[in-house]
Amino acid sequence: MRRSRRRELLALLVALLLGWLVVYPLGLVLLQAIGGPGAWTLEAVRRFAREANEWRALWASLALSLASVVGAALVGVPLGVLTARIAFPGRRVVATLLGLPAVLPPLVGVLAFMFLYGETGFVARLVQRVGGLGETPWRLEGAGAVLLVHVATMYVYFYLFTRAGLAGLDPALGEAAASLGADRWRAFRRVTLPLLRPALAGAGLLVFMTSLASFSAPYIFGGGFRVMTTQITSTKLNGDDRLAMVETAALLLLALLGLALLKRSEGRRDAVGARKGVAPAPLRARPATRAVAAAVGWTLALVLTLPLATLVIVSLVPRGTWTVEALPPAYTLGNYRALLADPVRLKPILTSLWMAAAATAGALAIAIAVASLSRRKVRSAGLLEGLLALPWAVPGTVFAIALATTFSVYAPLTGRFVLVGTLWILPLAYLVRNLPLTGRAVLAGFRQLDPALEEAGASLGAGRGRVLRRITLPLLKPALAAGASLAFVTAFGDFVTSIMLYTYDTRPISMEILSSLRQADVGQAAAFGVVLMLLSSAVFFLAGEGRGTSG
Amino acid sequence: MSGERAILTPTPHLRIEGLSKRFGSVPAVDDLSLDIPRGDLLALLGPSGSGKTTTLRLLAGFETPDSGRILVDGEDVARLTPAVRRFGMVFQHYALFPHLDVGQNVGFGLESQGLPAAERSRRIADALAMVELAGLERRAVGALSGGQQQRVALARALAPAPRILLLDEPLSNLDPSLRERTRRELRALIERIGITTILVTHEQEEAFDLAAHVALLQRGRLEQVGTPEALYGSPRTPFVAGFIGRASPLTVRVMTHDARVARVVFPGDPGGAEVQWEIPQPEPLEGGPSVLYVRPEAVQLVEPDPTRLSGEVTLRRFLGAAALYTVRLANGESVEVLADPDAAQPGDRAGLLPVGGGSGLHLFGGEQGRSDDQAAGR
Repeated sequence: MRRSRRRELLALLVALLLGWLVVYPLGLVLLQAIGGPGAWTLEAVRRFAREANEWRALWASLALSLASVVGAALVGVPLGVLTARIAFPGRRVVATLLGLPAVLPPLVGVLAFMFLYGETGFVARLVQRVGGLGETPWRLEGAGAVLLVHVATMYVYFYLFTRAGLAGLDPALGEAAASLGADRWRAFRRVTLPLLRPALAGAGLLVFMTSLASFSAPYIFGGGFRVMTTQITSTKLNGDDRLAMVETAALLLLALLGLALLKRSEGRRDAVGARKGVAPAPLRARPATRAVAAAVGWTLALVLTLPLATLVIVSLVPRGTWTVEALPPAYTLGNYRALLADPVRLKPILTSLWMAAAATAGALAIAIAVASLSRRKVRSAGLLEGLLALPWAVPGTVFAIALATTFSVYAPLTGRFVLVGTLWILPLAYLVRNLPLTGRAVLAGFRQLDPALEEAGASLGAGRGRVLRRITLPLLKPALAAGASLAFVTAFGDFVTSIMLYTYDTRPISMEILSSLRQADVGQAAAFGVVLMLLSSAVFFLAGEGRGTSG
Repeated sequence: MSGERAILTPTPHLRIEGLSKRFGSVPAVDDLSLDIPRGDLLALLGPSGSGKTTTLRLLAGFETPDSGRILVDGEDVARLTPAVRRFGMVFQHYALFPHLDVGQNVGFGLESQGLPAAERSRRIADALAMVELAGLERRAVGALSGGQQQRVALARALAPAPRILLLDEPLSNLDPSLRERTRRELRALIERIGITTILVTHEQEEAFDLAAHVALLQRGRLEQVGTPEALYGSPRTPFVAGFIGRASPLTVRVMTHDARVARVVFPGDPGGAEVQWEIPQPEPLEGGPSVLYVRPEAVQLVEPDPTRLSGEVTLRRFLGAAALYTVRLANGESVEVLADPDAAQPGDRAGLLPVGGGSGLHLFGGEQGRSDDQAAGR
């Protein structure tokens, strides 16, 4: 009895902590949008409602997100089916290449895209040179450019989910359709595609929420095209705090509405028969089909991953050497040497590392606490899990504004302290944004853990500590590694919250990339991008290794 | 026995001719030939890795043979796609489409044939009535019990009126308590429809209970095909004797043999050549060391005596009406004997005598007798 009461108390404390970090700041935004507490007024709301620009940005956000879902699906699903189901030369390499953008922080993806396809990128310069044009052949700017970047980076969700869905299908279902007289196309349309629906709905939801929260692409390629995230940032920079609150509230409501609608359309999950044996082998297609598959697969893999190679090339370009030439005239390691030799340049990397590590450790600790409490069936389990998942539906810009609002005032009695401008605001923001990532992984890990294993340990004489150390944690290691690596990489590459909350002393890599770009030092910006990319991949790789050895 | 053509009737409905399939360097099916008459129910039986499932998948068209032919009424279908082959298949885990209801599952094959909707619903209703699930068209397949899922899978396979029915371990997913009843119903249904059926199973009891004929496979090769009685009563190889039913292998030496009977001695027995058994033997044997397979009901326990094969009872398993005794001989080999529950106790010495004129004693000579390790080690 006493133990269970202590557990309920602990659950209450965790709920309070999460409420303070997740719900309270969002609530303050909603309150301040209408002048509360104290000076109630609808003045800012009225201004928002009257302003055509605001409505345009709101619609732009919605339309861009829906278009991104459609575009990403049109690219990602066929590529997933192609690489999973049709045998062609180099299939494995293409499959791996196409999955690469998943490990990229959004800002790096945008940067890489710009260097290759942007108005001063390689392709534009080549076209200009070949065509003998006086000026750059296109400007990568506006709604179309943002959509293009979204599709080129977010197809990967549909691609990966399609492949995972296909791998999880019982091959006997396809064989059953064939033995019932269905040709390949009908078997795909009537059996495979409907069974992929949950996976595709999941990918769609992910793309929608990611696009709605997307900041890097509209910020860099948007030009005159404003979406809510960029609108909020510019209003905030103009010092119109109250209007920024209203805009933030509007984006938050749009995100929650979109989440609710898409969740509903996700529908019931069909009980797919437990898979037996190995994943279905790819089809041995006719030579013509193989040739087409190989051509399409390789072309798209190159188009979509060439920006990464471009990033590496640009990072070797010394400052000021590349002006009007189609290809950079000189390549050195100078930019990397500068990173290591110049403490001012090295510092953002170290800052990003420790802030991401601290945020990940904190988010992981909270996730483990919630998961273990939830498994012991405390009364508030549902609430705790909900609080953990909530930040996923909240765009980063919204959280940045909310945290900036909450922690810029010293009012201990209402739980508000001055953290903005200190070392602590960014790690805290990263932590809150990481909660859903670590939470989902750790909860899933705990759910797969058979309680009988821990009971067996206990009945063999192991105390609670030894059970935790020898049984629970080793079994959870894959889940912890997956959640932690995802969280770390997200925080490490964060741009959207950083741009609102950073100070000169705590500027992360992403801000350093931006400032290098502003100083037209593309080589330096690319070098930072490559470092970000390499460290992110290394973390994923190490986490994957950890998963492998404990299996 | 390689390449043996087992001819059951002169005009087979389904003929398998020299069928071979390798995976990498491993032959899964090795020069298999079989004739199956119209309306027959044949079980492919064998241990895991014997090639029975590969054979079924070759028949269904999910695998393409490296060589050989599959003839249905004389037409070679071995290279046709499954979709045009018109073989019905019931999968081990049923493979019901989880996103379609019972009626849509059963109607899937009819849709492929392009039947009009009214005709389709009539055929769906008929197929469901046939498996005693009439009226369950709108039910979700996930809401069905295991037995019902099995019957939906059967109705789905039969609805398009296939030429051949293939069953992959059709009962292995059912409760043991359900199995026997389902087996009876399945056999009755198949006999009523009269469809030529191939069944894969690793359970001898299931093969005996369901099938008119059994083909025993080992390492991709056909060991023997025939009625269950023929396989049990006249095994043609040590593997068949060891796999079908119980049998204890004993090392013997053939002293004399003629067209009717062979006399064997037990070289390891202290009684030496004094103990002689007569084994009915329709075919001539090579001399020298041989292996005698002894069914538990083919010998009886008697008083030990220097003129009889004897040993020590090491184990007694009570089976109800009888008990199964393990008797260890002087050379270390053991024989299982079926006898009255009170015939002996562990530790007793006992003698062994053939009963019933030597049926249940199967003698394999020379290379054939020694080479087969698997039969004894099953």
